[in-house]
Formats: sequence, structure tokens, C-alpha cells
Amino acid sequence: MASLKQLALQEEKRPAFTGGHSLCAGCGIPTIVRTVLDSIPGPVVAVSATGCLEVATTRFPFTAWGVPWLHVAFENAAAVASGVEAAYRSMTHRGKLSGEKVTIVVFAGDGGTYDIGLQALSGALERGHRFLYVCYDNEAYMNTGIQRSGATPFAASTTTSPVGSVGRGKAEVRKDLTAIVVAHHIPYAAQASTSHWQDLSVKVERAVRQDGPSFLNVLSTCPPGWGHDARDGARLARLAVESRYWPLFEVVDGHYRLTHYPAHPMALLEWLEMQKRFAHLRGIQSVDLEAMIEREIMGQWQDLERRTAESKAWFEERESESA
Amino acid sequence: MARTSLGVEVLTGGEATAHAMRQIRPDVVPVYPITPQTPIIQTFSRFVADGKVDTVLLQVESEHSAMSAAVGAALAGARTMTATASQGLALMVEVIYIAAGLRAPIVMAVGNRALSAPINIHGDHSDGMLARDSGAVQIYAEDAQEAYDLMVMAPRIAEHPAVLLPVLVGQDGFSVTHSAENVTLLRDEEVQDFVGPYEIPYPLLGSRPSSQGLFAMPDAYFEIRVRQIQALEAAEQVFADIGRAYALRFGRHLGAVESYRMDDAQRAIVLIGSTAGTAKDVVDDLRDRGEKVGLVVLRLFRPFPHQALADALAGVERVAVLDRAAAPGTFPPLFADIRAGYAGTAEMRSYVYGLGGRDTQPQDIARVYAELSGPAHAGIRYLGLLGEDQHGES
Amino acid sequence: MASERLNAILRPGGVVLPGDVARPRTGGWRTGVKPSVDFSLCVDCLLCWIHCPDTAVQQEHGVFQGFDYDLCKGCEVCSEVCPTNAIQMVAEATPLDARGAVLPEGGRRDG
Repeated sequence: MASLKQLALQEEKRPAFTGGHSLCAGCGIPTIVRTVLDSIPGPVVAVSATGCLEVATTRFPFTAWGVPWLHVAFENAAAVASGVEAAYRSMTHRGKLSGEKVTIVVFAGDGGTYDIGLQALSGALERGHRFLYVCYDNEAYMNTGIQRSGATPFAASTTTSPVGSVGRGKAEVRKDLTAIVVAHHIPYAAQASTSHWQDLSVKVERAVRQDGPSFLNVLSTCPPGWGHDARDGARLARLAVESRYWPLFEVVDGHYRLTHYPAHPMALLEWLEMQKRFAHLRGIQSVDLEAMIEREIMGQWQDLERRTAESKAWFEERESESA
Repeated sequence: MARTSLGVEVLTGGEATAHAMRQIRPDVVPVYPITPQTPIIQTFSRFVADGKVDTVLLQVESEHSAMSAAVGAALAGARTMTATASQGLALMVEVIYIAAGLRAPIVMAVGNRALSAPINIHGDHSDGMLARDSGAVQIYAEDAQEAYDLMVMAPRIAEHPAVLLPVLVGQDGFSVTHSAENVTLLRDEEVQDFVGPYEIPYPLLGSRPSSQGLFAMPDAYFEIRVRQIQALEAAEQVFADIGRAYALRFGRHLGAVESYRMDDAQRAIVLIGSTAGTAKDVVDDLRDRGEKVGLVVLRLFRPFPHQALADALAGVERVAVLDRAAAPGTFPPLFADIRAGYAGTAEMRSYVYGLGGRDTQPQDIARVYAELSGPAHAGIRYLGLLGEDQHGES
Repeated sequence: MASERLNAILRPGGVVLPGDVARPRTGGWRTGVKPSVDFSLCVDCLLCWIHCPDTAVQQEHGVFQGFDYDLCKGCEVCSEVCPTNAIQMVAEATPLDARGAVLPEGGRRDG
């Protein structure tokens, strides 16, 4: 379990990601990228899907990346990473590489993961490639101007699901991508947040130890997309976790475990009220929408609690075995 | 498979291609099935399963992912090959453009097949033509032997430092992919020695971190793209050089253009692919009867060998260009490309034939030569189309 | 961009290497405030360091060193996450020492 100082020392040794990029002031993505990469000590190859991260960090001829980095297209980051991983296996087998373990990491947004990138992700998971897929989930197609994706939460206003005299924001609940990923029987999947950087870092360590695919879904705050002040990003991420909107959990070989229990759960309303994309929920006429969100979030939380209870024995047995 | 002591086997084009791949020993081969290239990947998979080659085989979940994985592997530092056709090529064409833009030297066999709709699994060149502006090198084989030879030549063309581009090696669906003929195979060591090791300037799994696939604004895209175009143009000379090296070593010479009985030809047909076999027979018959006719078969389609073609057509008065693909609304691809770069005096006529695997008979080719003696038609004439004047009866 | 500059770094595929060009100075994005630090309150927790989206917080061996004002976009997340209120946003023109501390009136504080 790394301390921030250890992460800082790693970044000093190997600056995997630098400033000078054009991500928005207060963007949540860089903290995700740096926490992930600084938690992986050995060589890394990063693959990005088209999106905020890729566009803003590699405006020719500048690159913010200090590790080998490849971007091909929007929907195929997992397929590209599969190819890199296959190359790594082949070249290792044929003695063309030093033998040092290289970690392949994909960074893709929710658009390039939940929607257009889902097929490639599914195929890569099914084939069992050894790589870490990190989805930075800011809950919409942000780079192209805040359009709704399969990850956009119910009732959120986006530019393709705007609130108007008829429209009330996104009419559908978001996909449960982690469940889809878990259904591929991969060794490790988890949900994390920048507000709980150590939880994220530990999950990265666990993920890259697996001999197979691992997946992290990390919430990423977004000032223009969510309609909040840039300075409030870290606080908003924490609120997402503490209100149980964004539970922190992991799934090890199909067994679920919550990794954080809010000591004093915050009201969901506080989370919603800080974001202009939910502004239309204020007022008597939107009580039904709020209630629906509440039901969905609490239902999801209770489900995780139940699953955690079911897996408790399994985790305890594992821990006693390794003790 | 029958085997003689000369290394000749009776193989289909698909099988011969798989043998070439086996002997090249690529590091990574992503595979996704589509008729008529499936014999290629199935034969190759069988080689892997039987331990005859230690390539890492990736059974991907679509052709788009096949080419995407190929780009990842090739730029990581691995020699990478794959195969596709028709709708599969259409699906992956986005990534073929990107592969060319990122200068990934992937070799891909194409079992040339018609594009939907209607859906049709038989041979024509529309799939290759869809990718003609992708920036990839495109070569076409006439038969199984050429499919094998061109496949063995392809990695050195793709990987040449002046090129560094994907190479598509086409062979007609069913007529070549599934038809067996005598193919002379080289020895495994000969192929290994000919292709040499895989080297690219900035492998991701190398020692120098690099960023590849950047976002280029209007202030840089143009220059990057023109450099890439120049690399494709350089491939013409590289193709000639590799072809000569191959001929010197193994005795079979495959140049950009093959001239068949063109010495004093006054009427000529230009075409690509397996119909050349039929056309050569017709040329022989007509020559026996004293007619001064010849055939030009184009192997290299991208980059387009304008000068080599013009040289092949020197002295010819009338030329029929036979396209096995259409470009709806205008002249078909081969005709348009030839005309665009041709400054000679021959009069040229456009034919489209063989779409959707429509068989082209000797009498069809003979008719073209006969029509060449008469006045030129305007526009496009469809060869073998039902209802098209005297030959087209159902 | 000037053609000589472009040609110097034009590689096949537009591949670039880290450090090919200087980092863009995104400090120009600030709109009136910048972070300052009171070193008597800083405990080197490094929360500002990990939360800064622009890697503008400088540290050495785990010890806070100040801000890179060429990179800082003025998002203020650092001042929000600082648990001891050591980081305060001040007007752009406020004179600061090399490590981001506000200079006392009429004198320089040692670094």
C-alpha cells in the first residue's frame, strides 16, 4: 500500500505524465492517470482511446506522456492493447525482450468504453489478455461537447438530452458496466474515485498482479460537463462516494466486496445540488425524478451490501490461507 | 497435398498463403473469419495448433479489432499479419487508413470479394478498391503461385525504412483462394533468410518512450500526411527492388506490370487478377491466327505504376481496360487511374466485368479484342452482363 | 508552426518523443488568482500534489517545494484540498518568493 510520498518518489523517478496539456482547469482525469501510473513501478505501455485525455495531452508535437503511448481510434483501445499484449508475449517467448515485466494500461473515457468501445473491451476480456483497463468515467462524451453516453446518469442534462419544455434530461438509467465486465469472469474489477486516492492505488496494485485482464471504473469530475466550479472537483468526487452514488468496491474472481463504507453517509441531494446538470431537479415538479434517482442509488448500494455479505467467508478464507 | 521432390505442392491460393505466413513466422496474427479468406486463417491456425509455427494467434471479435490489434502489435515491435475480405475489409477500413498514417508495416492477405448489397461471397475487386486511398500498398496476384510469392515478398516491402506501410496482397475470391494448382514452395530457411528480422524505428516495447497517434492540428496534419504519401510513392521502387532480389534468388520475377505478348501488339487489354489466366489463353489463340494482340496484367495497384504501364503500352493503338469493380457515377478505378496518369497516344476504353463473381469466359475476352478493332464506345461497357447485346442471353 | 521547427521533429507517423518541444505554458490560463503557501502550516501531506491536474505542485523527495506558475491554470483545487489551509489563492500580482510564499512587506523571506 503506497503512501503519497511513495507515489511522489515514483513520479520523480519516472514522470509518466506531465503538465502543459490542455485538459480543463480542475479536470479530474490527470489525478486518475497519475495515481494509476505512479502505482505501477515497472515499465508501462499506455494505450488511449480518442477522447479528452488523448486529445488534450498530445497536441502535436507536444506530449504529456513520459511512458510509451499509443492512440489509434475511438472504439478500439482494448483491441489495440490486445495487440500490444500479444506482441509482448510473442517477443518475450522468442527472447527479443529483456524479460522485465511490462504492464499494459488502457485509458479510455466512458464513451469509448460503455458505448462504442464495448465490443473491443468485451473481446479483450474474453480472450484473457493480461492488461489493466482504466475507464475514466465523467459520464458523457465530454470532449465533443457534453453529449449523453450509456454512462450518463438518469435525469442528467446533456447537449443531446437537454432539459426543455418536453425533455427532462436523460430518460434512461445508466448501464452497469462493472457488472458487464464481471460477467466475463476476469480476475479483478473495481470501482474507484480520485477522492479516495489510496483506495484507487491499492486497487491498481491488486489489478496489475493478476495474470489476466483487470478493469477499473474511476469516477472523474468534470467542471464544464457537470456544471460545477473547478475548485470543487475533489470535494464533489468525495461527495459522490459519501452519498453512495459512486460506491467503492472490488470484484475478485467474481466475489464482490465494498472497500469503503461512508461513516456519515451524505444525502444524495447534496451531491445533485452541486451540479448544474441536475439543476432542473430542484422544485416540487421534479420530486418524482429525485425519488427515482434515490431508489436507484439505494437499490444499487443494498445490492452491493448483500453481495459483500455473501462473499465475506470467501475473502476470509483467502486471507487466512495467505497469512 | 501431393508432394514432389521439387517442393511443388498442389495447393489452393488460400493454403499457399497460409504456408507463406507459416514460413515467414510472424510474431502475431489476429484472425477473424469471412468467406473466402477463411481457408487462410484455418490453415494457419492448424499450423499453430500442430506446433509448426509459434505465432501468437489472436481470435479477435471483429475485423475492426483484427486490424486494431495488428496496429498495436506492429507498433509494439512485432511482425504482424492478418487476412480479410469484402465486408470485413469494409469494416476495418477506418483502421487501415490509420495503420498507414501511423506507418505500421502490417501485411494483410485479401480474398477479394464483392461488397454488399446484395450480399455476395464471390470474387471481384470492390473490396480492395474501397481501400485504394487508404495509403496502404496494394498488390494483386493472378494465381496461387503469385499469391504465395507476393506474400513472401510483402514483409520486406512493408518494413522497408522508406516505406513502413501496410501491404495488402489480394487474390480473387474462390477463383484463387479455393482453386488448387501446382505451387512451388520455397524451403522454410530460405523464406526466413529472405524476410530477415523485424525492425521499426520506435517500437513501443523498445527502450525509447514515444507517443504515437497524436492529435495534429491544421498546422501539422498536412506535412505529416504528405510525408506518408511520399512513403507510398517510394514503395514503387522498393517493390521493383524486392521483386528483383526475389527473382535473383528464387527464379520467379514479379514486377509491377506483366506484359504478355506485347512486343508488337496493336490492341491490348489491361486488367488485374485471375482473369489474366483466361485472357492469356485468348491472346495465344488470337496470335495463332495472326492478330497483333497482347495483355498487360497489373500487379502493383498502389502506388500506381503510371510509367511502367505507359512503357508497357508503348506502340499500342487501342486499349481496353477491364475493371472488376465499379465506381458508381464515374469511370471505374483502374480505368480512371490509368487515364489520369497516361500521356501516351493509345485510345482507351472502359469495361466492367465479373462483378459478384460473374464468370468471364474466353469468348468474352475475345469479344473485347474484336470490339477493339471497331469504333470506341463511350462510357462504360459491361462485359458478361445479362441482356447486354449478343452475348448476354439468360 | 515554422517549417524548420516542424521538419526537425517530423518522424514517420508523426511520432514524438517526450521533450521534443518545450511544454506549453498553460499558466497563461489563469484569470486573476494564483496559489500561495504559508510554510508554517504546510505538513507535506502532498494532497495538493496528487490533486493538481497540471502537475504544477513541485515536490522533492516528498517535501513540498512550491508551484510551477508556468503550468498552474488557477483551478484552486489545491487550496480546497489542503487540510491545514496552508494554500491560499492570492491576486496574480501578489509578489511571492521562489517557493510560493507571500513576501513580507519590504523584505524577502528565506526559501
